[in-house]
Amino acid sequence: MAVFQLQQQWVDLISALFREEFLDSQFTQLQQLQDESNPDFVVEVVTLFFEDSERLLNDLCSTLHQRVVDFKKADAHVHQLKGSSASIGAQRVKNVCVSFRNCCEEGNLEGCLACLQQVKHEYTLLKSKLEALFALEQQIVAAGGSLPTM
Amino acid sequence: MCCSRLLSSASMSAAGEELPETHVLAVDDSSVDRALVAHLLRRSKYRVTTVDSGRKALELLGVMLQERNVSMIITDFWMPEMTGFELLKEIKGSTELKEIPVVIMSSENVPNRISRCLEEGAEDFLIKPLQPSDVSRLCNRLFR
Repeated sequence: MAVFQLQQQWVDLISALFREEFLDSQFTQLQQLQDESNPDFVVEVVTLFFEDSERLLNDLCSTLHQRVVDFKKADAHVHQLKGSSASIGAQRVKNVCVSFRNCCEEGNLEGCLACLQQVKHEYTLLKSKLEALFALEQQIVAAGGSLPTM
Repeated sequence: MCCSRLLSSASMSAAGEELPETHVLAVDDSSVDRALVAHLLRRSKYRVTTVDSGRKALELLGVMLQERNVSMIITDFWMPEMTGFELLKEIKGSTELKEIPVVIMSSENVPNRISRCLEEGAEDFLIKPLQPSDVSRLCNRLFR
C-alpha cells in the first residue's frame, strides 16, 4: 500500500479515537513529548499502561470475588487505574473509573462488578485500537514515510 | 539554595560558568507516571532517578547522603505503605534531608490535602497529569 494511503488510514483512525472519546488531549500531549531523542516515547508509555492495567484488572477481579470484599483495596486499585488512564489520555477508561470509585465508596458490590465489566470492555477496545494505530505507524515508517502532524 | 546539595561535577553555561548538575528523585508507584515525569524532567536536562515507593526513596537518600546530590524530590501523594505526605514528613523531620525541596503530585485537587502538604513544608503541589509548563515553572523557581 502506498505511503499516502497508510498515512490517510492513520489520520482516519486517530481522528476517530478522539471523536469517539477513546482519547483526550492528554494523548496529544504525549505525542508532543515524542521527539528524535525519544522516538518511541508514546509506544513505551502506552505499553506500560497496558501492563499496569492488566495487572490492576486481574487484581480487581480477585478482590471483588473474595468472600468478604475489601472495598478499600478495590478502591485503591481503581484509583491507580484512573490515574494511569488519565496520564495517557484514555478518556473512556478514566470515566468508567470515576463511577467505579463511587461504587467502591458505597460498598455497592453489584455496581462494582458492573463497572469492572465495563472498564474491561473499554480497556480491551482501546488496546486493540491503539495496537492498530501503532502497527500503522510502523508500516508508514517502514515504507519511508513520516507520521502526519495533527 | 544550599550548595552542599549540589554535585561537585558540573557542566558549563554559555557564558563559561560552571553549572551544577541538578538531580531529581521522582517517587511514584505508577510506572506510567514515573515514565512521564522522568521524561519531562530529562527534557529540561535534569538527571532523574525514579523509585516506586517512599521506603525506597528513603533508602536511596540514605545512600546518597554522603554525595549530597539530590536537588529535589518529586513524589506522588497516594502510594501504598507510605504516602507522599508521610515521605514529606520523614524528609522534613531529618536533619540531613530537610533542606531538599519536596514537591507533591496528585491526580486529585483536594484543597485540604494541598494545604496540609504546604504547611508540612512542601515546595509545591502539582495536579497530575503533569504538563511541560508545570515542570519548567517549578524548575525555574527552584533552580534559576
